[in-house]
Amino acid sequence: MYSQFVDTGVERMRCAEELPELERAFQDKIDSDIKIEPKDWMPEAYRQTLVRQISQHAHSEIVGMLPEGNWLTRAPSLRRKLILLAKVQDEAGHGLYLYSAAETLGASREALIEALHAGKAKYSSIFNYPTLSWADVGAIGWLVDGAALINQIPLCRCSYGPYARAMVRICKEESFHQRQGYEIMLALCAGSAVQKRMAQDALDRWWWPSLMMFGPPDAESIHTQQAMRWKIKRHTNDELRQKFVDQSVPQADYLELTLPDPALKRNEQTGHYDFGAIDWSEFWSVLKGDGPCNRQRIATRRQAYDEGRWVREAALAYGAKQDRRRAEFS
Amino acid sequence: MNRQQALFEYLLRLGDNALILGQRLTEWIGHAPALEEEMGSANIALDLIGQARGWLAYAGTVEGAGRDEDDLAFQRDVMNFRNVLLVEQPNGHYGDTIARQYLFDAFHYPLLTALSACTDQSIAGIAAKASKEAAYHRRRSAEWVIRLGDGTAESHAKLQQSFDTLWPYTGELFALDEVDHTLRRTGVAADLTAVRREWHEHVTRTLAGATLVPPQEGWMQSGGKQGRHSEQLGYVLAEMQFLPRAYRDARW
Ligand SMILES: [Fe+2]
Ligand SMILES: [Fe+2]
Repeated sequence: MYSQFVDTGVERMRCAEELPELERAFQDKIDSDIKIEPKDWMPEAYRQTLVRQISQHAHSEIVGMLPEGNWLTRAPSLRRKLILLAKVQDEAGHGLYLYSAAETLGASREALIEALHAGKAKYSSIFNYPTLSWADVGAIGWLVDGAALINQIPLCRCSYGPYARAMVRICKEESFHQRQGYEIMLALCAGSAVQKRMAQDALDRWWWPSLMMFGPPDAESIHTQQAMRWKIKRHTNDELRQKFVDQSVPQADYLELTLPDPALKRNEQTGHYDFGAIDWSEFWSVLKGDGPCNRQRIATRRQAYDEGRWVREAALAYGAKQDRRRAEFS
Repeated sequence: MNRQQALFEYLLRLGDNALILGQRLTEWIGHAPALEEEMGSANIALDLIGQARGWLAYAGTVEGAGRDEDDLAFQRDVMNFRNVLLVEQPNGHYGDTIARQYLFDAFHYPLLTALSACTDQSIAGIAAKASKEAAYHRRRSAEWVIRLGDGTAESHAKLQQSFDTLWPYTGELFALDEVDHTLRRTGVAADLTAVRREWHEHVTRTLAGATLVPPQEGWMQSGGKQGRHSEQLGYVLAEMQFLPRAYRDARW
């Protein structure tokens, strides 16, 4: 998802008796749904896993501004421009809340951002695909924000208080994001043949990467088991992916668009939609840096950061001068 | 020029200023110096483009030729845009953007405040709401001018250069022509002499607070309000108008 592959640093699950006392008390709190707050004791592995997960999520919000930002100056009406601008602005806000949540765990925004720019931090693979037409903005809102929502609603109940609270605010906005995207698709599909083709082309390109957003199958993974015991993950990747497919098929039908998967079929026994095999080699390749826009996205972020350094330094220098002046007067 | 033509021109000036500056600010999104500035720039752009919709929709009504806000935003060419040259100038570095924004905000706020008392009720309504937004814009950009001017030696030098470069575009803000004269007679147009007084006072105070030197008065650029623009505007429009022009009858 926005954090598609989080290492918990755990190699083996331990049973309750094996846990030291502090850790057992910690796990008891989690088991009885008491939130962990920044000042509470927590195992180092829990803290590090959360920093990794929250920062991957924050980076995804920020890098995720770029593909849609690519169409901000070209939105086809003033109304669409305002809606998209408000949406992209929300994503910057999500990044801010999430970096702040990571800071409650002792990480610094500066250091996290530098890790991203150095290519050491991950972010969602989905944002490494290009936005080639206006319909891509619709497809992103509909599918990418839709997938984000499915993944993030359970995180509103995550065990770490600041993260859970950030997710509550974020989820409210994500549902508006999904609606604006679907509304763009509706307008295109009700439009001319060329517009409809634009919509289908966007769906063809975004469908499979959207399914990859949930990450590789992980039911068997030790990291998933640990993350679930800590209640920082609530469902397996495949459960969430299935939910997304089940939700999206009728939405695509309503648009009279075709999902690019010949194997997609309703399974009468399970009531779910079966779907074709995902190309995980593409996923791993994009996650490792070899996707259509990985280099470009990081270069853009790094450039903005580097070119803005003098501005941030000036603001700090001015703030320090003001503090000194106030001290002299008091 | 009759009153209706003058009113249409006047509304285009108000709408195009807001639209083009808002469009310029959206170019920053994803590229700003800090996350807070991504959000701040987006806020100002949202306000300005929102204001542009109000002005252009009313301009369409006044014109009476069936053009709506989008027809006016997306289907006019450079020679028919009426924004001042200042707002179409490129973003440059963040200091250039802040200087451009401040010089405009310091004009925009008193202008909109004056228009809130306009005899034309539609103008007064849009201006009353917009002036509240502009008050915040001016406060924010003035704070940035002071922060960058009185920040580091590097930021000080950069910002001084930004003001020196943009200064020749400030004369046009207050230049009167037939449009103003026609509308002044009926109490519609704002008194730009009074607006200029407030602008000058505010700018002088802010530059002093920022330890910047007021640029030398001298030759001033002009022409934007009459449709004679700089080379910059064509590229802004080419980008902004691409979709509605490439797909003439499409609805989005
Ligand atoms: Fe988001
Ligand atoms: Fe979103």
